[in-house]
Amino acid sequence: MLSESSSFLKGMMLGSIFCALITMLGHIRIGHGDRRHQHKHHHLQAPNKEDILKISEDERMELSKSFRVYCIILVKPKDVSLWAAVRETWTKHCDKAEFFSSENVKVFESVNMETDDMWLMMRKAYKYAFDKYRDQYNWFFLARPTMFAIMENLKYFLLKKDPSQPFYLGHTIKSGDLEYVSVEGGIVLSIESMKRLNSLLGIPEKCPEQGGMIWKISEDKQLAVCLKYAGVFAENAEDSEGKDVFNTKSVGLFIKEAMSNHPNLVVEGCCSDMAVTFNGLTPNQMHVMMYGVYRLRAFGHIFHDALVFLPPNGSDND
Amino acid sequence: MASKSWLNFLTFLCGSAIGFVLCSQLFSILLGEQGDTQPDILHNDPHARHADDNGQNHLEGQMNFNADSSQHKDENTDIAENLYQKVKILCWVMTGPQNLEKKAKHVKATWAQRCNKVLFMSSEEDKDFPAVGLKTREGRDQLYWKTIKAFQYVHDHYLEDADWFMKADDDTYVILENLRWLLSKYNPEEPIYFGRRFKPYVKQGYMSGGAGYVLSKEALKRFVDAFKTDKCTHSSSIEDLALGRCMEIINVEAGDSRDTIGKETFHPFVPEHHLIRGYLPRTFWYWNYNYYPPVEGPGCCSDLAVSFHYVDPTTMYELEYIVYHLRPYGYLYRYQPALPENIRKEVILLRFNPRSVHKRSANS
Repeated sequence: MLSESSSFLKGMMLGSIFCALITMLGHIRIGHGDRRHQHKHHHLQAPNKEDILKISEDERMELSKSFRVYCIILVKPKDVSLWAAVRETWTKHCDKAEFFSSENVKVFESVNMETDDMWLMMRKAYKYAFDKYRDQYNWFFLARPTMFAIMENLKYFLLKKDPSQPFYLGHTIKSGDLEYVSVEGGIVLSIESMKRLNSLLGIPEKCPEQGGMIWKISEDKQLAVCLKYAGVFAENAEDSEGKDVFNTKSVGLFIKEAMSNHPNLVVEGCCSDMAVTFNGLTPNQMHVMMYGVYRLRAFGHIFHDALVFLPPNGSDND
Repeated sequence: MASKSWLNFLTFLCGSAIGFVLCSQLFSILLGEQGDTQPDILHNDPHARHADDNGQNHLEGQMNFNADSSQHKDENTDIAENLYQKVKILCWVMTGPQNLEKKAKHVKATWAQRCNKVLFMSSEEDKDFPAVGLKTREGRDQLYWKTIKAFQYVHDHYLEDADWFMKADDDTYVILENLRWLLSKYNPEEPIYFGRRFKPYVKQGYMSGGAGYVLSKEALKRFVDAFKTDKCTHSSSIEDLALGRCMEIINVEAGDSRDTIGKETFHPFVPEHHLIRGYLPRTFWYWNYNYYPPVEGPGCCSDLAVSFHYVDPTTMYELEYIVYHLRPYGYLYRYQPALPENIRKEVILLRFNPRSVHKRSANS
């Protein structure tokens, strides 16, 4: 009895040590590479206001139409109420929006991915979008169904960015040596990045379907690894004041956190005026945001913008 | 002998497997990122009138969105500024000693700054906040008495400082520019008042207390006079109804506050309650109270909404951000109402003075 329990304990210890070693090795190996490349955090800035004022009226219309954004929303049957809200709200402002579902759902149209693994869904969705729409859209935006996105602000942000360059934008997170765009803030890829991504999707050594040695790596990290092989690097999107425009949280959560971290202080406003995304919304909150963003405003505040966007046809909530 | 060592070996393997799994779990927790947290949905019971705050929504600190005025460099606020000068509004906020820090503070940090003059009315004076002491008691049955005393105070001290006099609660959010747009078509020397019009009990209707209501200068004069001459009663436990009854007696007209396409501007609840179909149950009192046909869904609310009620501190700042900061770049809003006639003439003059384009707003 004693010898068994001791051998059990020895086994446990050995198992834990083995596991710890593997984790450490994984991190250290990457760590060495870090020092050599001097990896910097990229900041993309929204365009300068003075430059914009020099553009003429006709050029503004032309310019606005030159951004063609295709929206990919990955959903599962359990997301059906969020899906409904997203369909009825902000996706009406995408040039085209398609829902990629893990399985067919009777209520709504979607492209069936026939898998519920998020990374596989993402790969298939990107491949589908690229194969079908490469000539019609120049920017590809991937979102979660808990997100609210403002397409007009996305296009403003992309002003002066050439889609034939490899852009990979959003809210970035650094994990060891890897800098990746968090799916929780939304992922933007230019057509060039899509091209490069799609050329690698078929190569399992570079872009495996089952990444991660021992446990699963999240789909946004897998995407980053894959894109890195193609020379596409993640860049954090910020406005001219340095505030994030892709947000992984909702406005309410930002406010609650800011206040609880600094009681008795007057804190600076939480979020960018030109925010593109917020996440963690309920279906009701999506409808409220739709009203709040596209309708509710204070009379007598006028803006002279470089772009012009018309409300979509056949819509009553914007 | 052999079976014993075999058993030992097996237990060893078991142990190592379990150790490995436990350790990997531990690491994934340590290295994992935080998941989304779902924000709280505020379930205000529509029947509750200012239920005691259980501390859950208590926000410490304040947020100042105006700190980032540099994001507004390309904003032209000439028309808003013009209206600020032309349509002077004095706001008074109904509050109490226990609510100064919990609620009134956030009103002060947000929309109150846009009134031409703002006063916080409490039962007792607070020199630091500052709050006016009405020398009443606190409590729901005191609301009407506080209202009368508050209007009296405003009349005695600030009558000539404003054209319109707005009453709001410390959980009302008001968009002053939209109120000025609404009132700009009217003459403050007329006896008229505006708010969210309810139909029961009073022939011409009466205005919901929580959604806020605004009296013209003439209406204020008549209201204060009505108590001196006993035309109106002092006692009532239902503030808004009592005020509405009094208004009818003294011939102050209950105005139509809807926008030019018939959408309501004063709201007795937060946007969510009005925008979501089915949020307010069909049996709810609201459906029978509204003077004009009530609407749920996107038609509920004007783009130029004036007020919302039952707004907790977090929602105050959210509304502040959504109305005054976040916007869809380059978007041409569907509803483009005309400028009031008198303002339109001035704007044409302004066009010849391009220097005004980059001026910072005086009140932001």
